[in-house]
Amino acid sequence: MEIFVQQLINGLTLGSIYGLIAIGYTMVFGIIGMVNFAHGDVFMLSAFISLIFFLILTTWLGISSVVLALFFVLIIAMILTSLWGWAVERIAYRPLRGSFRLAPLISAIGVSIFLSNFVQVAQGARNKPTPPMVGDVIVLFQGASGYNVALSYKQIIIMMVTAVLLTVFWYVVQKTSLGRAQRACEQDRKMAALLGINVDRTISLTFVIGAALASVAGTMYLLYYGVVSFSDGFVPGVKAFTAAVLGGIGSLPGAVLGGLIIGLIETFWSAYFSIEYKDVAAFSILAIVLIFMPSGILGRPEVEKV
Amino acid sequence: MNAPSITTTAQNEAPSRNFDLAAASKDALKAALITLGLSIPILSYKTNQSGADLFLTSRWGLVAIICAIVFGLRLVLHAFTASRAYAKATPSAHQATEPVGATPNAFQHVSKFAIPFFLGVALAFPILIYLIQGGLNESRYWVDLGILILTYVMLGWGLNIVVGLAGLLDLGYVAFYAVGAYSYALLSTTFGLSFWICLPLAGILAAFWGMILGFPVLRLRGDYLAIVTLAFGEIIRLVLINWVDLTNGGAGISSIPRATFFGLPFTAGEGGFAATFGLEFNGMHRMIFLYYLILALALLTNFVTMRLRKLPVGRAWEALREDEIACRSLGINTTNTKLTAFSIGAMFGGFAGSFFAVRQGFVSPESFNFLESAIILAIVVMGGMGSQIGVAIAAIVLVGGPEVLRNLTFLQSVFGSGFDPNEYRLLLFGMGMVAMMVWRPRGLISEREPSVILKERKAISGSLVKEGHG
Repeated sequence: MEIFVQQLINGLTLGSIYGLIAIGYTMVFGIIGMVNFAHGDVFMLSAFISLIFFLILTTWLGISSVVLALFFVLIIAMILTSLWGWAVERIAYRPLRGSFRLAPLISAIGVSIFLSNFVQVAQGARNKPTPPMVGDVIVLFQGASGYNVALSYKQIIIMMVTAVLLTVFWYVVQKTSLGRAQRACEQDRKMAALLGINVDRTISLTFVIGAALASVAGTMYLLYYGVVSFSDGFVPGVKAFTAAVLGGIGSLPGAVLGGLIIGLIETFWSAYFSIEYKDVAAFSILAIVLIFMPSGILGRPEVEKV
Repeated sequence: MNAPSITTTAQNEAPSRNFDLAAASKDALKAALITLGLSIPILSYKTNQSGADLFLTSRWGLVAIICAIVFGLRLVLHAFTASRAYAKATPSAHQATEPVGATPNAFQHVSKFAIPFFLGVALAFPILIYLIQGGLNESRYWVDLGILILTYVMLGWGLNIVVGLAGLLDLGYVAFYAVGAYSYALLSTTFGLSFWICLPLAGILAAFWGMILGFPVLRLRGDYLAIVTLAFGEIIRLVLINWVDLTNGGAGISSIPRATFFGLPFTAGEGGFAATFGLEFNGMHRMIFLYYLILALALLTNFVTMRLRKLPVGRAWEALREDEIACRSLGINTTNTKLTAFSIGAMFGGFAGSFFAVRQGFVSPESFNFLESAIILAIVVMGGMGSQIGVAIAAIVLVGGPEVLRNLTFLQSVFGSGFDPNEYRLLLFGMGMVAMMVWRPRGLISEREPSVILKERKAISGSLVKEGHG
């Protein structure tokens, strides 16, 4: 029982990180129908940006309050990662509109290889450990066998930040003119253009929002695990994509739901079955979902137009 | 990501002889500023480690250099597009209007002479190297490099069946390479089977796995298929790592028996290859044998592919690549067609894998990670999907290039003594894949013989077909 509650807390934390990344996949897929393979690496890049700014703020500028430093780091990382998201779309994806079917995916794989090796060349291949940021825990209750069920402050921070940002993001998509333009482009790009929507700008902004949310995930990942390396974009990227597919690709609540489910499955699998095969479990779920229910939990079934 | 892209602004301007320097500089400055933004902080600060602590060292000089390079490139690009727009708007008297059919361009002329040339060089390579280096032992490095390049040529051609002909993006090709390598490693160490029995078995097993994995996923749409093959590739690698009883886990399988010359081992003693043919024993005999072995395997791949293209199944692959819905309405069984492409591609991957195992004498799961798949895919993409000679050239350039660059000493004096081009190899691969998709999505050599001819041979322009070419 104690292990169950503890894993539930851990799983929800991990799931919020996956959910934040999954939104980037699902939004881009919704609007231009491509799998943005490089999204996982944008996430990894943002974790590095956060790491460097955290070091700058704490050691050079001498900010001693970790929460304050994290707040600044989050904002700076969001801005800079958004710039990367914008640049990637502008250089690697926009010239490919109307090219053949697989071109954007191949280009995205190229970007993914570029980004991870760019970070490797620029920052070195070793794992980068951060100084412990938030160490305190709240002991929720103590089990009979002396096993403490603990909720750490960083888990609280991660879940709170995720919840707040998702609310803001939900508001943007549902209530603002940008969100309306986005949903219009999702339904019919040509018609949206005829009605005076700047489609290129809307698509760019979609990438920017996706990258910003990925940067939040990157900062939270760094906070949670305290270590990052250049190859860390791949596996979380694939898991977040699995989350997006599981929830129904194109559906925003689906991405969050899928993220939480994948996070829970991963932690429970590690706890009750074997930790070595946790990635195999995640990859298998991806294959099974795509084969047997490609429209996911909340997605619409795809209609093929001739 | 610092490579500048073609802007629309420069192209839309009315062509004039005068190149608008002010506007171009302004745009180049903008590009440089964006580069500056992108370099903060990932380039400008490097995290170094001392003990458990991280500290930062700043590198603003490097950032300044890169921004200056981007500025310059952008300016040159503007000048280039402006002059091209001018040339287009004022056609010369010699040039007629653009022909409807394809005029063979410089790239297309290449392939006519390239095939016999490359074949000749490949066949004579060990002899040439022997003559140039002046000895068997001196030529070891180059023959080894030749084997490496040919392995990638073969993998590229194998993947080309799946990606280039059938238009199925397979991101887990390395899984079949791994199946082939582990098949040989396990069969030979456990049952003592020889290489010549294991080679076809490895191919069959890989094709079998291709069928098992392909069957459920081949009705998925293109990009989903790519992701699922990626997932399968990773699953196979993770199973190889974790199933320690069978595969010895991450430590890998070592002391795999070496290849024999059709039964004659390459050993020094009596009954060995050298003794039988009355030669002085030299370890290079085995290397040269391996070289010709992989050359033969690669040529077999190429030959089979070219013949298959002329069969109905090959034509169905290409039709499938162009339009799946049309294929289905014409009564082609798309699942079976895809499955044959998938499993034949996998079979050649399996052959290459068992060659890899016999060459290395050691296999471990780390040789079969996603990056390897990405490298093979990069070779196929940059060679121009579907073009056999293009794939060979791409393999030579992408695998051999960094090795050659490493030996150029003047590069070290420019970039510092620790400069190793191999570090930048994947960086360039990634950029190359993007650049290829943006500028020449149909490949560097966008010409191929049509597989069916009505009366006379005509080259088909890439712009007349939707995907691929030919």
